[in-house]
Amino acid sequence: MKVLLVDDEEELVTALAERLSLRGIEALWATSAEDALRFLETRSFDLAVLDVKIPKIDGLQLKKRMQNMRPSMKFIFVTGHGSDRDFQTGVSEVGADYYLVKPLKIEDLIVKMKEVLEG
Amino acid sequence: MTLWSSFKPAFWDHEDVASGPYKHLFNFRRMWKLAVFSTAAVALAPLIFMTVVDYNVNQQAIESDIYYQTARLVSNTRRSISFFLSERRSALNFIDKDNSYQALGDPLRVTALLENLKKGFGGFTDLGVIDDTGLQHTYVGPYNLAGKNYSDQDWFKELRSGEAHISDVFLGLRQQPHLVVSVKHDLPTGCFYVLRASIDTQQFNDLISEVEVSGKGDIFLVNTEGVLQTASRLFGSTLGRIPVTVPAFSDKTRVLEIKSAGEEFITGYAYISGTPFVLMAVKKKSELLKPWNETRKKLVVFLVLSITTILMVILGVSTYLVNQIHAADHKRVMTLHKVEYANKMASLGRLSAGVAHEINNPLAIINEKAGLIKDLISLRNETAADDKLLGLADSVLASVERCANVTKRLLSFARHMDVRLQPLDIEEILREVLGFLGREAEYRSIEVHVAVNPDVPKIESDRGRLQEIFLNLFNNAFAALGDGGRLDVTARRSDAQSITVNVRDTGCGIAQADLKRIFEPFFSTKTERGGTGLGLSITYGLVQEIGGDISVESQVGQGTEFTIRLPLTLESVRKPKHESPVGG
Repeated sequence: MKVLLVDDEEELVTALAERLSLRGIEALWATSAEDALRFLETRSFDLAVLDVKIPKIDGLQLKKRMQNMRPSMKFIFVTGHGSDRDFQTGVSEVGADYYLVKPLKIEDLIVKMKEVLEG
Repeated sequence: MTLWSSFKPAFWDHEDVASGPYKHLFNFRRMWKLAVFSTAAVALAPLIFMTVVDYNVNQQAIESDIYYQTARLVSNTRRSISFFLSERRSALNFIDKDNSYQALGDPLRVTALLENLKKGFGGFTDLGVIDDTGLQHTYVGPYNLAGKNYSDQDWFKELRSGEAHISDVFLGLRQQPHLVVSVKHDLPTGCFYVLRASIDTQQFNDLISEVEVSGKGDIFLVNTEGVLQTASRLFGSTLGRIPVTVPAFSDKTRVLEIKSAGEEFITGYAYISGTPFVLMAVKKKSELLKPWNETRKKLVVFLVLSITTILMVILGVSTYLVNQIHAADHKRVMTLHKVEYANKMASLGRLSAGVAHEINNPLAIINEKAGLIKDLISLRNETAADDKLLGLADSVLASVERCANVTKRLLSFARHMDVRLQPLDIEEILREVLGFLGREAEYRSIEVHVAVNPDVPKIESDRGRLQEIFLNLFNNAFAALGDGGRLDVTARRSDAQSITVNVRDTGCGIAQADLKRIFEPFFSTKTERGGTGLGLSITYGLVQEIGGDISVESQVGQGTEFTIRLPLTLESVRKPKHESPVGG
């Protein structure tokens, strides 16, 4: 499983990437939309975990551009601005495959990533 | 409950906390008084004025009519009596002119004349001829009065300088009331003689008694000393004395009011010229005014009924209108408060969301770093068995989770500003809201018990409204509770369409006088402690918005219980199209 983590909080995204790596998941990270798109030009990923709000471009637009480049990619959004009850609403509204609220539980994230990839 | 409290309008005890130069505009009691008094003044003043004027005009007209009728009666009767007396005096004058002094000295001739007088006029009882020395030398009648000398009697002395004389009524020798008419005849020799006739007063009395007098009145003759010359129904028989003063002389018929023995009399009188008689017609004023008094009673009843009706209408209409204004103002104030409250809640929501977001990101970093530390500790052989390190990492993660729960609740609370119907578990809502107060309950040793009957189904309602309702009620309960108090929250199914939630505390309670005003805006018993008086009024409004109702019972010193009935479904509230998208 190849995962791209995109969040403007470097401290968060690096730690998360390392934790996923420790669990056998190949996780690369980017702290801006440009970096994320640049990664996609050279690499392919099964799934992207995107923050809903990142500088200069919001997660939705980034998702569209990434999807254009890699149509088979799956997306999970994370946000610090929601509650558990907003999952379903968030999923339908932003067109994400799944939607999680920070702070994340690593186990939950991995389960959801697997669920999303398995369809 | 007094009668007044049953009829007291809703605005009567209204107290607006608004102040400033326009405060008087919201003084509904003053508004009501102004409406009542000004309308009553405008409506009643012309009515009372016209009634008083009409009353006086009518009374004057009736009194004037009574005076006129009395004057006419007296005047007509006076003419009859004058005619009666002057007729007899003229008869004597005719005899006097038609017979010589010598002829009148013949008793046979005088007897014949008396018979003719009796037949022609009636009432004559005797006839005598008196010379200028006062000696009656000829007399025809029932008594032997020939040779009687009248020279020392007043009437004879008066007659010396006059032409005729009519005496008062007196009894005389016959002990029968009669009067005497005397006419003087001057002789060419300078001497004179007098023709004197007695007249029985029976005809006189008949003449008077035939006169009809209204108002249980009476008409009679008196002399100037008040001695009755004819019988009187009111004052007794002939020669009795009347109890009222004989009015002063007037050559015209007059009417005046006389009071006697506490009774008012309308008295018409006329001095009969050439006689000692005064004709008096006396009528009881109370009897004469009886018809008027009846009319007056009807007038007063009509006036009282009119005034009562007008006042009732004015009171009813004024009360209704001011009540409507009061209700409209109440709605206006409630709307303003709701807008104010909604703005406040929106600001609070934005603030909560902002704070939660700002906290969530660093929390996420702490979470991931602590998770990584735990991962590294677990994966490295030298630290994998270090339970203390693992415990520390777990403790950090648990704290992060606790903080995350707080921010999630804040966000959840902040997001439910619009009505959004969804199936809700009431127990979950109650416990969620109580979660905000859990720490305070713990510090203050307040026991909180939640008991939801298993038969309580999910209800279709608005999560945000329910959260606000219960948060307000729980906050109120916590404010009323002392340390170590108890809060019981129970829910049960009340009927097929609704559930009932009871929030009961063992706090200080609410006074009965305050209970009925507790849902009014700005009513607060906690103003000194910073209460705005909006909480329960907003709660009331929120319960109504989601189709429920709320009531309260309380005993001072024992506690308060709020009962909220909530419908199972609410189709009247329109669902919003969608909620604002979430941010990251």
